[in-house]
Amino acid sequence: MSDITSQSLFELISNIKEKKLSSEEITKAFINRAEKSKKLNVYVTDNFEKAIDQSKKFDSNPNLDFKLPGIPIAVKDLFCTNGVRTTAGSKILNNFVPTYESTVTQNLWSQGAILLGKLNCDEFAMGSSNETSFFGNVQNPVGENLVPGGSSGGSSAAVAANLTPVTIGTDTGGSIRQPASFTGTVGLKPTYGSCSRYGIVAFASSLDQAGPMTKNVRDCSMLLEVISSFDQKDSTSIDFKRNNYSKELSKDIKGKKIGIPKEYRVDNMPVEIEQLWQNGISYAKDCGAEIIDISLPHTNYALPTYYIVAPAEASSNLARYDGVKYGFRSPGQNLIEMYEKTRSEGFGDEVKRRIMIGTYVLSSGYYDAYYLKAQKVRQLIKKDFDNAFSKVDAILTPSTPSSAFKIGEKANDPVSMYLNDIFTVPINLAGLPGISIPAGKDKNNYPLGLQVIGKPFDEQNILNISYALEDKINFKNDISDWWLSE
Amino acid sequence: MSIDLKTVKHISKLARISVDDEKANKLQGDLNNIFEFIEKLNELNTDNVQALTSIAETTLRFRKDEIKSENIREKILKNSPEENKDFFVVPKVVE
Repeated sequence: MSDITSQSLFELISNIKEKKLSSEEITKAFINRAEKSKKLNVYVTDNFEKAIDQSKKFDSNPNLDFKLPGIPIAVKDLFCTNGVRTTAGSKILNNFVPTYESTVTQNLWSQGAILLGKLNCDEFAMGSSNETSFFGNVQNPVGENLVPGGSSGGSSAAVAANLTPVTIGTDTGGSIRQPASFTGTVGLKPTYGSCSRYGIVAFASSLDQAGPMTKNVRDCSMLLEVISSFDQKDSTSIDFKRNNYSKELSKDIKGKKIGIPKEYRVDNMPVEIEQLWQNGISYAKDCGAEIIDISLPHTNYALPTYYIVAPAEASSNLARYDGVKYGFRSPGQNLIEMYEKTRSEGFGDEVKRRIMIGTYVLSSGYYDAYYLKAQKVRQLIKKDFDNAFSKVDAILTPSTPSSAFKIGEKANDPVSMYLNDIFTVPINLAGLPGISIPAGKDKNNYPLGLQVIGKPFDEQNILNISYALEDKINFKNDISDWWLSE
Repeated sequence: MSIDLKTVKHISKLARISVDDEKANKLQGDLNNIFEFIEKLNELNTDNVQALTSIAETTLRFRKDEIKSENIREKILKNSPEENKDFFVVPKVVE
């Protein structure tokens, strides 16, 4: 049997079901490795003691009908966890302990999973490198001083470094798919409305979705099956028939029509990414898929649209952090001063920048010029996809325009940081499902990903295409464990 | 169009985030870079386009107006900024 922590979710569950491993053995293996992996800084808060107790409890009377029987899982620190501190990577929520559980994490525990701890992320999920977290940078296990992507950077690093078998992240403009691409892991953003937003610290409510981050496509299908559910507590949750994604997973994609959008061939894209894309196209053909050239003419307008819509929603959502009812408070001479000091000291620079953008575009006299304009362009972007999906079943693109960059390299240039999400943002604006799978490496040996985009609620199809491509690509993430301490 | 320092200070007031002069200068530069990039949208004529306000295309659901008596008083009070077993004590916010 291979080392416990390097096993896939599928293998761990098989070993539990065949009584070759206990939940306690698995849980302790991940905890031991985490104790030696502090240099990566993936954990904001650990739940190790309670996790061991829960694993023992599971072993004393194991229910093997669960979909995640006794499996320890760490989650992004954006999900409210009952009785366990939830910070959203922010000073302003440094001491916040929720008294309720998010629906998607509850879905994990209801299927037998055990909380290992809360994973680092960009502050309020605003960032593409995990550098905006109040709790410090996360190291990408792929190489020293490399960013793990963001905002689910602690999550991507933890999966790649074998510190959790799988995890869940959130994706507003690419926050699952971009870090998955940077770490050689798999990340899926479901259709808007698939996974409940109840209990997830809100960033941009019309874009936010939770989704699985895993070592491979099969694990991804297994985890999606658990977290995707209709929820009365989220008014935008959609009641549709959800597949048994793992059961219906198939490499047979013969006759599937896959679109290649010419607008994703951007200036200055590294040759390796173009090559990776071409390889993906040939593999899809080898599997019997039909490749069709398509056009998504408004692609170039997606990022500017996103940087109006997302900050506008964020500025409204984050108005609640005023120091009055909960969270960090900085005292002032009067009420207004208290508000201003609390928010100035409690939020980091990127969050403040986005609140300012959002406040500006919603302010009197500018609403029509910016916010309304952006909503109209969002309609055009969605129509591009509607048109494309009348001709094809899925769309194949690169996940990101570059591989992981060095910590600090883009920290002082917001616009260049935003460009990281150029291939992922349109999918959020259109509410579609998208998955990033590792597809190759660049000249520095850093991973690169390919993205498969689907029709609304067609997660099964993009999982199947990814499953077929994964088999052909045969990606190996040779990570050297350089960070381990004794 | 460029954002001047006065506008930066005005937005910071609206957003209830205090900024000193140094921060305001830095923010002015950042915001102008970001808005320069956002202005690209003006290339598009959107006169006859309907704004997309919700991606989910569903109408809000109604639920039955039922009283659910969960005893969550203690739970709620746990996050009260001041120790108090009966009330959620906060600074005075209404004059």
